[in-house]
Amino acid sequence: MSEHTQSNHHILPLKVYLGIAGALFVLTIITVAVSFFHFGELNIIVALLIAATKGTLVALYFMHLKYDNKLYMTIFVLSLIFLAIFLGFTMLDTNFRGEIDVSEGPPIDQNAIIYEQQK
Amino acid sequence: MEHAEHPKFLQHHFTDAEQQAESAKLGMWIFLLTEILLFGGLFVFYAIFRSWHPDMFYEAHKVLSVPLGTLNTFVLITSSLTMALSIRAMQLNNRKQTIWYLVATLLLAATFLVVKYFEYHHKFELGQLPGRFYTYEGINAVNPHIFFSVYFTMTGLHGIHVLIGMIVITWVLVRTIKNDFSSEYYTPIEMTGLYWHLVDLIWIFLFPLLYLIG
Repeated sequence: MSEHTQSNHHILPLKVYLGIAGALFVLTIITVAVSFFHFGELNIIVALLIAATKGTLVALYFMHLKYDNKLYMTIFVLSLIFLAIFLGFTMLDTNFRGEIDVSEGPPIDQNAIIYEQQK
Repeated sequence: MEHAEHPKFLQHHFTDAEQQAESAKLGMWIFLLTEILLFGGLFVFYAIFRSWHPDMFYEAHKVLSVPLGTLNTFVLITSSLTMALSIRAMQLNNRKQTIWYLVATLLLAATFLVVKYFEYHHKFELGQLPGRFYTYEGINAVNPHIFFSVYFTMTGLHGIHVLIGMIVITWVLVRTIKNDFSSEYYTPIEMTGLYWHLVDLIWIFLFPLLYLIG
């Protein structure tokens, strides 16, 4: 019989779902309330920390990552690592181009042969 | 002779129902990974332009309605809760409850889109639009049209995901009514749930990044 059931599910108690939803509501109110104060750079850090906490709760409990095969958790974390590489290197380029390794003059040689040939 | 008595929902190329469900879930998570990278491109778009024009982002974000954004956040979190509870009800073989939770999820998704419609409509009226369609003159900063390009692509793609979610939820709702699922087999509802929670998860990041720039 058991091998015909979908899997050995962990059926979470109702209060876990209600508790998580309650926590998400409270964190939403906190993030809105905090946004009315201005701490400069700190605002976005606080906003992202709260969003990350909410996202973690959704992924662990609503998406069952805490109870499922850890392979799914690995895939989810991998997507975040890919995103961090994408975002991190793009920001390094756009914000610090030419600062880490100082370059002088225009990047394209105006006297290159291809330009000469077009004349 | 197990093969002869296998249940209707079990495809012949799987050893048992558990293997089938786990395979479906693996495929679903890989799909969700591609979804995260799809939205990831837009988050990078956001990050580049916000780092180039921080003051403009601050000035332009003021035209967004924080009350409506907060309302929609509550609506979407509640819909995630009802979605999770519809799966729990099916795990407990309570088909009637599953149906009502799915209907509630659909109504909440529709509420989200109605609120979004009013927000969009207001911006269309005022010309707070992307790129060359931008005609509004009330924002005291350079290049405010870029903020609306970011706003409309990010919330637009998210809105399309909500719409697709509604279609898929309707499909599992119909199948639940047709008695296709039980506590032994409910993979389609579970996969729909994973997708729906991801849509919620992305909104959790969109909301503070667009509406609550400090």
